[in-house]
Amino acid sequence: MITINNISKKYGKTVVLNVDSIEIPVGQSFGLVGNNGAGKTTLFNVLLDLVRPTTGEISNNNISVHKSEDWKKFTSSFIDESFLISYLTPDEYFEFIGDLRGMNKADVSNFLAQFDDFFNGEIVGKKKYLRDLSKGNQKKAGIVAALMGEPKVVILDEPFANLDPTTQIRLKQIIKKLTENKEVTVLVSSHDLTHVTEVCERIVVLDKGNVVKDIETSEETLEELESYFAL
Amino acid sequence: MILRFLKLEWKQFFRSASLGKSIALKIFMGFFAIWILLGLLSLGAGAYFLLKKEYPEKDPFMLANKFIIFLLITDLIVRYLMQKIPVMDIKPMLLLPIKKRKLVNYLLIKSVFSFFNAGALILYIPFAFVLIAKGYNVTGVLSWTLFILILTLCFNFINFLINKSNIAFGVLIVFLAVLWLSFKYKLFDITGFFGNLLYSVYENPALLIISFVLLAVLYYLNFKQLSSIIYLDGAIKEKEEEAKTSNLSFVDKIGDVAPFIKNDMRLIWRNKRTKTVFLMSFFFLLFGLFFFTAKTYKDSELWQLYGCIFMTGGFAMNYGQFVPAWDSEHYRMLMTQNLSYRKFLDSKLFLMSVMTAVLFVLSTPYLYFGLDKYLLIVAGFFFNLGFTPLVMLYMGAFNKKRIDLNASGFGNTQGTSAAQFIVMIPVLIIPMLVYFIVNKYLGFNIAVLAIAIIGIISFLLKNPIMNIIEKKYQKNKYITIHGFKQQD
Repeated sequence: MITINNISKKYGKTVVLNVDSIEIPVGQSFGLVGNNGAGKTTLFNVLLDLVRPTTGEISNNNISVHKSEDWKKFTSSFIDESFLISYLTPDEYFEFIGDLRGMNKADVSNFLAQFDDFFNGEIVGKKKYLRDLSKGNQKKAGIVAALMGEPKVVILDEPFANLDPTTQIRLKQIIKKLTENKEVTVLVSSHDLTHVTEVCERIVVLDKGNVVKDIETSEETLEELESYFAL
Repeated sequence: MILRFLKLEWKQFFRSASLGKSIALKIFMGFFAIWILLGLLSLGAGAYFLLKKEYPEKDPFMLANKFIIFLLITDLIVRYLMQKIPVMDIKPMLLLPIKKRKLVNYLLIKSVFSFFNAGALILYIPFAFVLIAKGYNVTGVLSWTLFILILTLCFNFINFLINKSNIAFGVLIVFLAVLWLSFKYKLFDITGFFGNLLYSVYENPALLIISFVLLAVLYYLNFKQLSSIIYLDGAIKEKEEEAKTSNLSFVDKIGDVAPFIKNDMRLIWRNKRTKTVFLMSFFFLLFGLFFFTAKTYKDSELWQLYGCIFMTGGFAMNYGQFVPAWDSEHYRMLMTQNLSYRKFLDSKLFLMSVMTAVLFVLSTPYLYFGLDKYLLIVAGFFFNLGFTPLVMLYMGAFNKKRIDLNASGFGNTQGTSAAQFIVMIPVLIIPMLVYFIVNKYLGFNIAVLAIAIIGIISFLLKNPIMNIIEKKYQKNKYITIHGFKQQD
């Protein structure tokens, strides 16, 4: 589904990203792990054509992301709160994203109904603007908006951060369900090793922009990652 | 400890966003501040002579005493509107081992060194100099001046006490109105009463003690009030407003740009800065009253045309010049969505055109000034309908400074760069130049027509032009994204 080829990004002389090749097949749940500054977010930004790579190319479903914009039709993402429109209420925001993804009002409310538990009654129908929600609730709204319109590729940067334990568990279930049928490709980055090993079938570790590990998740993966990062 | 606070203050000032502006803007703001200070200075120095000239038979000092109450009340009203105690600044210090008393004192004392109080110094001290030079009793004048200055400080603290209350503001306005009416129609002599009060300080310096007592009491009250609300659920609370949702489904009829237009309408109404822009555009509508009647411009159609461009184009110019920076906060999200740039830009174009039309309809009463003046407005309208928005959108492709929507509206220059000045050149110079040349050779009617035609032609050509603009935006996308990410 996604082919990363020889991607590098330099700012002046500093190399922040240098990835030779990653091939992500359709329906894989892909985890990206690394310390601060490892290049996780930069990789996602390049993948979403928000930052131009210095060299290389990424294609998403055989569409080169910085040549055509057709990948936007089936790709959705949530990187951080700046992906929310701060002066809208969550309802208005979902309606807007729904509009962009070809859903009418009824579609949107049907879609949101499945997330009643996830929202815990704090998002929909409340008289609050997104800018006034807590960090956790902002994140919930952003993640759910990224699942709208049946995307084929979902990209979530640090989705577990700032969420309460119950919501973390629910989010894990949501991601697992998403990749159940092997149709949706999910890319997740996280600082929390337990969470990624639980939801992802494959984990790539970045360090200073380089791929240092590329693991099929198994029983031992968590231990392996922990010992790697313990240094 | 105080020294440490002062160091923080220094850093806060020099590292603040407002100082990171372009040089041109800084110079402009500097001139503006100097202009105000010079105004106060000349008022202070010249008041004596002015009063003497206007009322040769009266004592200027006595008269000034009567007028000062107006100054003080106006001062309080301006303070009410603009001066807030910066409580949020101490939030990071609440957890540190600093006594709360110290923090409160720091805040209150800091407020004494504000621009508002400096203004009083610059106004009253020159006046006092003139009085002494004119042979008034030196001790009397000095204690009088001190009295007024301390009174100003009292108002500084009164403002903080009443700042939360709308009723107090109403009372102030009514008081000022009553004062003015009673002065104008000589109903009852309140101004005389205050005048005598001030004059008695001149005669009897011992009365100075009153102002000190008043100041001490007010300071104490402020101290008590502030100490009791320095809690996270008190004064140091992020403002949270209840969302006011309105049904905008009527917009859906417009077609596939509707979601963007709805968004833009909410953007304008729910953020301070954009709301100011919106409301200011109605203020520009009043330009005509000035340009059609003021002595300097009454007979110059060229300058009236200048005014007319502003009257219907106020919104298109002020909103348009910051596209797409209004969406800078969530620009990255928009760029990952399945949307066509064209619709995003079309919605801005639509809004600007609609607002121009609304302002044009509202300008109908200017028919009162005669058909010729109205024709200028009509020409300006067509120009602003077709030409102005396209220029604004084109130049918008070069906007790469972030705008925080939640920052205050008035006098906020965030997001301003050279582009905002350059964009005004074609919009203001072209119509005036065209008018000047055509009017000279072919007469007024043709000149007005020519300006309207520029607008109509651009309106008809808007699709091909928008294609060019769209390409420009796409080309500049990465620079724009990068620029909008920089917090300043």
